[in-house]
Amino acid sequence: MQYLDFEKGVAELEGKARELRALARDDAQMDISEEVERLEGKSSALLQDLYGKLTPWQKCQIARHPERPHAQDYIGALFDDMTPLAGDRGFSEDHAVIGGLARFRNEPVMVIGQEKGADTQSRLHRNFGMARPEGYRKAIRLMDMADRFNLPVVTFVDTPGAYPGKGAEERGQSEAIARATEKCLEIGVPIVTAIIGEGGSGGAVALATANRLAMLEHSVYSVISPEGCASILWKSADRAQDAAAALRLTAQDLKQLEVIEEVVPEPVGGAQRDPKAAITAVGDAVARHLAELRAMSRDEVRKDRREKFLQIGRVRLS
Amino acid sequence: MNWINNLSLPKINDFFQRREMPENLWRKCENCEQMIFHRELKQNLYVCPHCEHHMRISPTERLESLYDFGAYTVVDVPDPVADPLNFRDEKRYTDRLRDARRTTNEKEAVVVAHGRIGDVDTVSAVQNFGFMGGSMGMAVGDSLLKAAETAVERKSPLLVFSAAGGARMQEGILSLMQMPRSTIAVQMVREAGLPYITIITHPTTGGVTASYAMLGDIQIAEPNALICFAGPRVIEQTIREKLPEGFQRSEYLLEHGMLDMVTPRTRLRAELVKILRMLMQLPMLPAGQLPEPGSLVRDDEPEMSEVEAAEQPDGSAVKSSDPQS
Repeated sequence: MQYLDFEKGVAELEGKARELRALARDDAQMDISEEVERLEGKSSALLQDLYGKLTPWQKCQIARHPERPHAQDYIGALFDDMTPLAGDRGFSEDHAVIGGLARFRNEPVMVIGQEKGADTQSRLHRNFGMARPEGYRKAIRLMDMADRFNLPVVTFVDTPGAYPGKGAEERGQSEAIARATEKCLEIGVPIVTAIIGEGGSGGAVALATANRLAMLEHSVYSVISPEGCASILWKSADRAQDAAAALRLTAQDLKQLEVIEEVVPEPVGGAQRDPKAAITAVGDAVARHLAELRAMSRDEVRKDRREKFLQIGRVRLS
Repeated sequence: MNWINNLSLPKINDFFQRREMPENLWRKCENCEQMIFHRELKQNLYVCPHCEHHMRISPTERLESLYDFGAYTVVDVPDPVADPLNFRDEKRYTDRLRDARRTTNEKEAVVVAHGRIGDVDTVSAVQNFGFMGGSMGMAVGDSLLKAAETAVERKSPLLVFSAAGGARMQEGILSLMQMPRSTIAVQMVREAGLPYITIITHPTTGGVTASYAMLGDIQIAEPNALICFAGPRVIEQTIREKLPEGFQRSEYLLEHGMLDMVTPRTRLRAELVKILRMLMQLPMLPAGQLPEPGSLVRDDEPEMSEVEAAEQPDGSAVKSSDPQS
């Protein structure tokens, strides 16, 4: 388990409990159960307390936690017959965007997700979840296919943002994102998006212009990273905590602003402590939203999406 | 001695008599550093006559220089919810907005107008970089939607002049939501079978580039404009190498297939008239029948010759160029 800065207290208590257990393994005479129980009780109470009053900046760190389940984990656990489809048919395959045909609770769908990778090698392979234009163009191709074969689209968003590289700019990163957003708005099949970690700016919008948007409790969705915002507006990246608070990027604030439809609760201590529970909760939310949208005609689906975005911005946060 | 009086004395006198001259009659080109007489600069639509550097032009002047006889009607856009996040950094967002309104004399970062261009009824949305960096918040999205609705109602083409540092961070997620919202505006125009043309000006970056700026039926850029998603500094920090000269500039994007053309501002109106009339299935305008555009130069503005006269050693001519006397 990798602990975040603010989880230091929990790390100490859990570490002590682990040590005690290790000692007891060597010495059969030692009775530690009471002490271990006391420590574990204490640490879980502390965890509960910490996670009950997280700051927006702490939520950013949880959203980026390396052990948090990623798109591939969700697809692997929630979908059957996953048939990955590759390539933008123009330049290359982008490993930061995975997608393909799959069955979700028996129904065939098109699933697309941004994948960050789970270890050094796969993180490099996935470019840390930062897509290049090819990733967005592949998503456009898959959404277009979904539209023609009447398959609902499910997307998993988890990206620091679109890749800020020379080649990406040369090959039209802006145009690719603009066209992907346009495609999302255009298709006559429902799109349901789950933000499972970081929803980083335009790179996220391109896959999140959906009929329904569900966000995990400790995930974030923002126009700019708190670090980026702090260095522009506060002239210092050290003020990221302040920027995170000012940007109102938490799932709870976004729900209040009517940008998302649902906040999906996470296990105590975050999705990384109990990936299975988090994945199931997200799956149930996606299923619920898809079921609601299924009754709509193609025109109604398009209109529903368009109206949703036109209505955004009527609410004011206190 | 006459030539000395004519050539060197005016310059020396200019130096000493600056305070007596009306201010801002001359402007230094930030690119080639040549001094340009402001009447000449306006006549040339803020393009440096020496090096073709395109300076910033206000939305009002843009519209005047674009529409036939400089005549257009501004379309009112209702105010969005003010400061929806209650945002505060070193300064309150509401204070920043107030300052921007004071310095630009505009309500927000986009001006929407309609009128005739080459006798084609046309709607324009002009983004103002001078207003908080042209940044895209609710008001910008609402303006584009209003511009699209107006174009559909009037069955007119829509022109969008982009210029922005990107999203209005002070509106958080709501600024990001203008990417899909402005895309809906483009779709409305497209569904009505009307042309949507983007004129991308310096600088156009971030979410603005990655939405309506890059969705034009035709995409025109002004010369040497910075057009990008991620800015050059961010990229240099990521890849840790220097970027080539001209990277992410209009001519570079043209070469990489992202634009239809790079057109100097002084030729833009003629180009638009040609395109708009073809796309709207209108006949060619017979020679001599193209209406004049508006002029940015006011009648009471001094001529170059008058100012030269004003620079005579005795300074007497300064008063004669003053319409008050």
